[in-house]
This record gives sequence, structure tokens and C-alpha cells, in this order.
Amino acid sequence: MQREGQVRIPSGCAISGIIDKSGKRISGEAIIKSISVMHDRSNGLGGGFAAYGIYPEYKDYYALHIFYDSVTAKRECEEYLEGRFDIINLSKIPVRKIREITDEPLIWRYFVTPLPTRLADSQLDEREFVARRVFRINTLIDGAYVFSCGKDMGVFKAVGFPEDVARFYKLEDYEGWCFTAHGRYPTNTPGWWGGAHPFALLDYSVVHNGEISSYDANRRAIEMYGYKCTLRTDTEVITYIIDYLRRKKGLSYEEIASVIAAPFWKTIERMPPQERETHEYLRVMFAAQLITGPFSIIVGFENGVMALNDRLKLRSMVIGEKGDKVYIASEEAAIRIIEPSLEKVWAPKGGQPVVVYLNNPKGGKA
Amino acid sequence: MARALKGIKINPKIKIEEKDGISFAVSCRHCREPLCVKGCITGALTVCDGVITVDRNRCVSCYTCVLSCPYGAVSPSDDGAVQKCELCVKTAEGTPACVRGCPNNAIVFEERE
Amino acid sequence: MAINYLYPEYEAARNYDRCITCRACERQCANGAHEYVDEADKMVCDDSKCVNCHRCVSLCPTRALKIVKSGNTYKENTNWSGKTIDEIYRQAESGGVLLSSMGNPENYPVYFDKILINASQVTNPSIDPLREPMETKVSLGSRPHNIQRDENGRIINNLPPQLSLSMPVMFSAMSYGSISYNAHESLARAAEELGILYNTGEGGLHEDFYKYGKNTIVQVASGRFGVHPEYLNSGMAIEIKIGQGAKPGIGGHLPGTKIVGDISRTRMIPEGSDAISPAPHHDIYSIEDLRQLVFSLKEATDYKKPVIVKIAAVHNVAVIASGIARSGADIIAIDGFRGGTGAAPTRIRDNVGIPIELALASTDRRLREEGIRDNVSIVVGGSIRSSADIIKSVALGADCVYIATGALLALGCHLCRSCHSGRCNWGIATQIPELVKRLNPDMGYKRLVNLMNAWRHEIKEMLGGMGINSIESLKGNRLMLRGAGLNEKELKILGIKYAGE
Repeated sequence: MQREGQVRIPSGCAISGIIDKSGKRISGEAIIKSISVMHDRSNGLGGGFAAYGIYPEYKDYYALHIFYDSVTAKRECEEYLEGRFDIINLSKIPVRKIREITDEPLIWRYFVTPLPTRLADSQLDEREFVARRVFRINTLIDGAYVFSCGKDMGVFKAVGFPEDVARFYKLEDYEGWCFTAHGRYPTNTPGWWGGAHPFALLDYSVVHNGEISSYDANRRAIEMYGYKCTLRTDTEVITYIIDYLRRKKGLSYEEIASVIAAPFWKTIERMPPQERETHEYLRVMFAAQLITGPFSIIVGFENGVMALNDRLKLRSMVIGEKGDKVYIASEEAAIRIIEPSLEKVWAPKGGQPVVVYLNNPKGGKA
Repeated sequence: MARALKGIKINPKIKIEEKDGISFAVSCRHCREPLCVKGCITGALTVCDGVITVDRNRCVSCYTCVLSCPYGAVSPSDDGAVQKCELCVKTAEGTPACVRGCPNNAIVFEERE
Repeated sequence: MAINYLYPEYEAARNYDRCITCRACERQCANGAHEYVDEADKMVCDDSKCVNCHRCVSLCPTRALKIVKSGNTYKENTNWSGKTIDEIYRQAESGGVLLSSMGNPENYPVYFDKILINASQVTNPSIDPLREPMETKVSLGSRPHNIQRDENGRIINNLPPQLSLSMPVMFSAMSYGSISYNAHESLARAAEELGILYNTGEGGLHEDFYKYGKNTIVQVASGRFGVHPEYLNSGMAIEIKIGQGAKPGIGGHLPGTKIVGDISRTRMIPEGSDAISPAPHHDIYSIEDLRQLVFSLKEATDYKKPVIVKIAAVHNVAVIASGIARSGADIIAIDGFRGGTGAAPTRIRDNVGIPIELALASTDRRLREEGIRDNVSIVVGGSIRSSADIIKSVALGADCVYIATGALLALGCHLCRSCHSGRCNWGIATQIPELVKRLNPDMGYKRLVNLMNAWRHEIKEMLGGMGINSIESLKGNRLMLRGAGLNEKELKILGIKYAGE
């Protein structure tokens, strides 16, 4: 059976997200309920969740979630990690054996921090160091795949319906201030756990409903900057583009939306002069990061989430708000099931980013 | 596409003058003060809406107009009466045929004061 | 000569039932092929003078003429074809180098014709260009490495000078001298109306055309004809011509008979002298010299104009392009071996250089591997024949294409490939005033505009079919292409999969 790297799989799916702006942590029950309402949007070949704020005791360490195909892969990978990181804690991720989820790989979790000497030698900043090690493991160590590497957050994914995946990982036992979820409808049979969404790099996680026509153009461009697209799924390239624009180029989330879902030239021409100049600059400078094709994405990051649709609005997305909670989903039903009475319900325009920050962002900057 | 009329001699209302690499088509200039109209003894040549037309029934083939026209734009026709460019108003085609047919847009139909 | 070694390849076949002996063919043929025979009251044709330009055919009012192959056959021989034999006869007679015009006509593979384009269905809706915005605007130039912000956090525009085009096409370099004044005027006016650029070629810029400066690229070739500071500042960009696809390794050649009047003045050389461009630029013997020239031109124009470096597609084009990308140039133009020319030695035109599709694919890959693809934009030329070729070029990695033969065809050229004789019956590749007159710029520029509008519409249709609404999202998007009739190696170099995969 072909691993996903060899064949391109478009996504038709369901996404959902919940964030509590006050930073109050809620149980994973809510997100599970939300995504299970949209059962028919998946076909059981992939489901996953990203959760933020779930490791408060280890919040200063990078939580690596890793799949292993074999014990040899695990050994090789751990050796690699030991040489470069201080491993504070390691354990199997607790799972519940259920009938619906089969063929699981070894799933381990490590809380790590880079070894000071290695970090100094590399002359990189901490996050770039971690990102590069993760790429190394994923491309060079056969059978090992790091699918989550952020601080105080984690991704849980598998082959199966999302509600079954949640039960498998005992998601109801976790508490976080933000959860995103995804159910997949790929048009052939991957059978590989790493291919499910969300896709994550450091603190950025992306769940994505759609198919990018510009995939190869984006991939070719982003690989020039040190990223390796190992999965051939559109979501992977979106995650790297966001990481590149945010972490390496320092763009704000609104500016990122103006790059990946850029307004049409005709719209830009009608903008007031300052705005027009900025948009023209962004479009020319980052033309290769324009994402064409239907998409609706929820991006989780260290201090909040961003929801965004492609500029032609070819996929659905609904936002619901009540108090400090903001809900984002592919269908309104998925929001109503967990919060029947909402203060505000609306659908963002194509290309219009909805960025929700924590009321008290960590480290002060948003 | 023009039909192949073989063995027929034609007497066109527009003629090409060429010398030393310069060529142009000569046809009636529809002058504001036409000498041909002035010289016409029967009144066959008249100005109608700026176009100088020939009334074939009145023309008696004296050829005064042929001699007076400074451009040589008037010529005898096959049936005796004279002929000249009438801007294709009698053929009711709209754009004059020579303008339509010129492959290099060298002839242009323009309104003049 | 008593022995006729060379039998004319083509004949003008006249249908005498239709011929009305109007003698238009006689007047129009600049080679004097047709003649009216008084005694017989008949038109006859001397086929040895016919170059197959179709001027008489197009102007015959009763369509009595057509050009056919004369059918004089040598014994069949795959190795020694009739053409090869004739070429030996010619050289035995003249002792000279064979000269040809326009692009390589030989039977080498045309890769564009073996590449297929994708369309979206079901999982990704195709987009309707008549009802949704479809953007073909491109911006050529270098991209800076970092974003800079002012004290208020607003982004500063630190982009180096860019060329903004309404569609990814420009008119390629054809010098004033190789083509006529009227042809240049048609190109300039069409470029202005379309919002794209045309190229002066190595013949300098006639003063009448300075007013089209906003749509002009000025070229600096090895002969430096017509190069002075005003010239450099008159256009929107400067192109250093290192090589040309039709004749890689050698310079241009314009015979002294064509160097008269305006041509001599614009090129800044005496009348009657042959304009032979040297093979290399004599101040560029290596890549570091190129860097110096790029910067001298930028200094001379106050860093306000992007610099294009045009090279021919040869074996190590990717490596050369990599060097150019690091030399300060903003745009690289690559000309494939099918590119056209006013005159070039036949052997060089037909045997030297490589196809643009392969050159483009490997250059794009190489620049990306080295992480410098953002330093330059890539423009390709060398037989871009249709809007489908443009789509395929952009998908392989190009930012924009150059067209030349296509533009001349729009102006009336019939590819008779006798430009080097200087007697172009269509008024394009000639300086004889009576012939130049035949190309009316008022009509010529409209035909170019029509052609480009038609192509732009087709590009939009194809983009929409692929589910893309902006040409930038097609750049380097090789997954939108598949090959058919290509072997493993060709697929690998082009970086595309086989149809069905």
C-alpha cells in the first residue's frame, strides 16, 4: 500500500474549533460532541484534534508526539533525541482500545527542551532548532514520525471517524482553552495515521477543509526555505506557509490572510492609498504563497486561533459567539449542539480573517 | 471574392497613378467649388448632399467635364455618358467599395467641412 | 549558368480559368516572379524566383494562384535528403556559409506538444472566467529577502523596480534594421494598448518611438549599437543580450545594404557598413564581468530600471542562470533553440542549442534548489506558439514569455524564411520604402492587440478549468501537467508525471 508521500489526496471534510478567550480550560467533551454531529462529512479514513493548554505542568517544554512503526524506529529516534534534547519525561500516550480503531502504531510522548550546548553550537534560535530536528526525524529516520511539537499543546490523530479517535485517545480527560477538530473524506485509502489532520509545526496547527489548486506552486516555493513537504497533502503546505510568514517574516495574522487569501487586483485598486500600497506590496512580494482553490482553515497558535476562507468562499464556515467562548465550524449544527443559545452567529466573507486572541496573551505579544 | 470576367475591358471610376515608388488612387475629390459642374452645359452634373452626381439621362457626352477636371477624375463610360466616383451612394452599400477593398487602409472615407 | 543544379522547390500554380490578368501579382512580387506576356495575353511565373511568401496568393482577386511543391524528386534516400543535397550544391557554387532566417524548422521533438494540462472536477470546482475575476497580472523583478517596517509598524515598500504586465507575455527583441520602422511602430502601439512591453532589439531606438518608452525594453547587445545614456533611460528596463536561441555563441549580422538613413543613424554607425555584432561582449569574459556591467547600467540609470539578462538555452543553462541570479540581474530571459532570427548561419540555427521546455524546467529546479529563485524572474522564448504553450511554460516555472514569430505572423508574415534577402513582400523584414509601406501600423497594431486579447481569454479559460483564478498560483505548479509520449528521462528533467499517474 502506498504511503501518503507517493500519492496526492484531496480533502473533503469537516472542521470545528472552540476557544475560550479568558484562557479557562474546558474538557475535550465539547469538541467531540461538535465534530460527531458532522459524521457524514467524513468517511472514517482520518480524524484528529489539536488541543491547547493541556500540559500546564510541562508548559515550558516542547511536547513531542511521535508515531513509531517498529521498536527499531523508536530506538533510533530516542537515540537521536537524547543527543540533542534534555528529555524531562517520556511515556506512551494513554489510549483506550476500541473496535473502531485498529492497526495503531506505537504512540509516544516526550517533554523535551534543547540541550544548551547543542543549541548554542547550532547558532539557531530555539524554535528553529526544534523545527529542524523534527524535519530531520521525519525525513531520515524510517518509521518514526513526529506529528506534534509545540509547547503546552498537542495533536491527537488516527485513521477512523473523529469521535472514535477521540475515544481512543481519551480526549475527554484533557482540558484546554482551545480545541480544533477535523474529520476526513479522502478519495482513496491512505491507511496511514500521519496523514490525518491536524497538521502541526511547533505551536501552529492547521485543520483544513478543501483542495488547493496551487499546491505544487506553493510547495515548490516553500521548499526553498528549508521546509520539506513529506506528505503531499495540501494541509502540510498551508502549515509551513503560515509558519514561514509568521515566524520568519514577522507578518501579522491579518497580513498573512492578505497573502494567502489575497484580495483581487480590482479590489486593491479601489482601496485608500496606504492600504492599497501595502496590499500591492504583499501580493508582489509573496505571490508564491497565494493559495488558490477552495479552503476553509482553522489555525491554532500560541495565543489564539485564526479562521479563514478562500477568497471565492468555496467552503462553508460558521462562527458562533457567547461570552468569552468563540466557536468555529463547517456547519451551524455543530455549534448549536454544544451551545444552543448563542449571542452572535455569522459567516465570514471569503478572504476575511477572523483572528481570536486570548484576553491575556502569553509573553505579552499577540 | 471577385468573379473572373474574362475578355471584358473595364473602365474603372478610380485609377492608380504611380511614379518613382509612390502610388495613389485618384477618384473624384467632390470639390467644394467643382469646375466640372460649372462647365456642364446640360446640368447633368449636380451637387447633392456634398456628393457630385451624374444624371445619365441629361448627359450629352460633350466631355467638357472630362477636360475641366484638374484631377482627371471624370472619364467616358461604355454607353457614352460620363462616369466618376459617386461615393457609392447609388449602390447603397454604405462604405464605398474602394475603402472596403483596400488591403492597406490607404483609402479612408472622412467627413470634411 | 548552363547547368541548373537547383530546381525550384515551389511553384506558383495558376488556374487560368480564374486569372483575369489584372497583373496585381506582377506588381506585388518584389522578387519579380510573375510577368505579363503581351503576345500571349497571359501571366506566367518564373518559379526560381518564388520564395513562397504568399503575397500574390493573398492579393489575387479571383484566388487564381496557389503555391505548391514542384514535385521534382530525387531518388528516395533517408540519409541524403533532397534538402541536404541542394545545400551541398549551393556551397559548391558560392563557397560561402549557408544563411537562413526564422527559427529551426528541423524535425526535433516539440515538448510542448507532448504535455497535457489538468482540469478540476468534483473535489475542486473549476472557475468560470466569464463570471468570476480571473487575474493574469504579473510583476517581474527581484524580491528582497526581508520585510522592513517603519516606526508605526507599517510595511515599507522595499521592492526593487518591477515591471508590471497585464498578462504574462512580452514582445521579444527584433532589431530596427532586421525589421522595418512600421513593424516597430505596430509593436510599440500594441504593447501600449495591451499594457505589456516590447523590445527594441540590438538596433537602438528610433527617436520617434521614445514616446512609447513606458512600454519599451531597451536592449544592449554585444555590438552596443545605438547605446547612449538617453537610450538607456528611455525604456522601462534594460536587457543585456548575451545570446539568442537561434544562434547561440555568435552575434547578429545586418548587411551593409540595409544600413541606410534612419537605420544608420539609430545604430550610430556609418551608412553602408556591415553591422556585425561580435560573438561575446568584449567586456564580459566571465560572470564577474557580467556583474560589473549590470551594475554600470544600474548606475547609469540611477537604479530605477530592472536589468534583464538574455541568454540562449545551451547545455549548462541552469548553471549559467544560477550565476546570473547572483550577479544583480533582476530578470533572466532564456531563448530556446527554436527561436527566430533575421539571419543566421543555417548550421548553427539548426544544430546548436536545446529546447526551451527542458531548459526552463532545469533552470527553475536549479534555482529553487539553491534557494535563489526569488532573486530573479524567468522569461522564456523560443517558439511560444499559442496560449497553451504559455500555460505550460508558466506551470513549468516561468514568470512570463517572450513572443516574436507569433507577433510577426499576426502582422502578415508567412514564414517564407527569406528575411535575409531584405525583400520581404509583407513590409516586415525589409527597409525598401515601397515594401515597408505595405505594412500599415494602424492595421498592424490592431491585429497584434486582437491576437493577445484572444490569448488572454484562452489563458483565463484554461486557468479557470484548473480551478485557479490567479496566474501566480500556476507558476511552478507542475502537478497540473502530465506527459504523453515522453520517456523516463524526459519526464524526470521536466519534473512532471506521465498521464494516468
